[in-house]
Amino acid sequence: MTGADLHMLAGAYALGALAEDERAAFEEHLADCEACAVEVAEFQATGARLAQAVAQNPPPAMKQQVLGRIAVVRQEPPHVEMPAPRPPSAPARARRGARFALAASLAAAVALGGVAAWQYTRAQDAHQQAQQAQAETAQIAAVLSAPDAHAVVGSVGGAGQGSHATVVTSRSENKAVFLTPGLPELSSGKTYQLWFDDAGVMRPAGLVAPGATDQTVLLKGPIAQAQGMGITVEPAGGSLHPTTAPIALMPFPAT
Amino acid sequence: MDGPHSRRGEGSEPTFLGTPPVPGQRPDELLLQVARGDQDAFAALYEHIAGPVLGIVRSVLRDPAQSEEVAQEVLVEVWRTAARFRPEKGGALAWVLTIAHRRAVDRVRSAQAATDREHKAALLEQTPAYDEVSEAVDHRLEREHVRRCLQALTRTQRESVVLAYYRGLTYREVAELLAVPLGTVKARMRDGLIRMRDCLGVTA
Repeated sequence: MTGADLHMLAGAYALGALAEDERAAFEEHLADCEACAVEVAEFQATGARLAQAVAQNPPPAMKQQVLGRIAVVRQEPPHVEMPAPRPPSAPARARRGARFALAASLAAAVALGGVAAWQYTRAQDAHQQAQQAQAETAQIAAVLSAPDAHAVVGSVGGAGQGSHATVVTSRSENKAVFLTPGLPELSSGKTYQLWFDDAGVMRPAGLVAPGATDQTVLLKGPIAQAQGMGITVEPAGGSLHPTTAPIALMPFPAT
Repeated sequence: MDGPHSRRGEGSEPTFLGTPPVPGQRPDELLLQVARGDQDAFAALYEHIAGPVLGIVRSVLRDPAQSEEVAQEVLVEVWRTAARFRPEKGGALAWVLTIAHRRAVDRVRSAQAATDREHKAALLEQTPAYDEVSEAVDHRLEREHVRRCLQALTRTQRESVVLAYYRGLTYREVAELLAVPLGTVKARMRDGLIRMRDCLGVTA
């Protein structure tokens, strides 16, 4: 399924007409597709109008019942910004040094340089980051410093023009982090997409913008049963299933 | 469009179900206060949302007792998760009613899995929920506006939107029911919503 096909699902999504698995896949797509998010917001506002048109008078007793119930229900706290992980040179080094050292020994040296620089940059503009990015940063740090973190290094793309990449997995965190010093440029309208390999079935795991250097990406979704990960080139916005042959497949260490 | 004085004197406000909310307190502001634990704000917000929440849940679920139970769950969920509301991403009503519709749809799908085929056959015999609503009150203008806009859609667009939103069907079920290809239904749902959005003058 191409990005255009996914985009076509915006209507069905807003009408609640997708099955659960399609809903989840579309929501992953939504996180990376600004245009889709705007359209979905408008469609949901349109749906709200459809709902208002069938408004019904609630039974008078319902209000007191609901007010009675909320009085004893604890509210979810707001999602607060996670403190950005400190760069290794920060004062917290003594405390966290051991854990970062472990991450360093597991990730390839080139990747570590990328991570350190990236984390430092992230720390710099952390206050402007969206909450999702904040949480992602914290999760990346958690994976990289997990006691059971494992790193696999693989090559990406054809000989001569290829690059290399590292994937760090943590079964205890059930997450994987993809690190690359930069993937080859793509023609416009194309993107790199990451996949979990569930016994040959590829599960979407997020997009990587081409061209940028020092990328560190938390794969979307849990590792779960995945035996490895793959990278394909997809139309901008990503796809539900790979539409091209993978440019890299990297196995995860056996549990 | 509101005239310059439409928010002033008595009677120029839209009529709400039950007690009128505090003037000047729009659902977005109320929901933000609810997120701070303000139960009075929730009571005021209730007047804005309880009718539409019950209406859409009832439209999907049909059963009055079950609908009221689910509507109450939705309203409690609004209280519990109010801190997730992001006004820059859309209005409070859209946020609340998206939760309500999803809850109703999830309930109907888990309950109906067993009798799916019978249910679909029965649906074909029914006229859309939209025409059956008899108990809704005080939303007459909105109802008329939506009805007019629905009538302006093509038949497949209208049936796709109505069966999905008011009945809670998946697009695959709609495709089977209308005997049209899956791709057509997906496209008609999107086209239909685009036309509804423009006809109703919706901005996110």
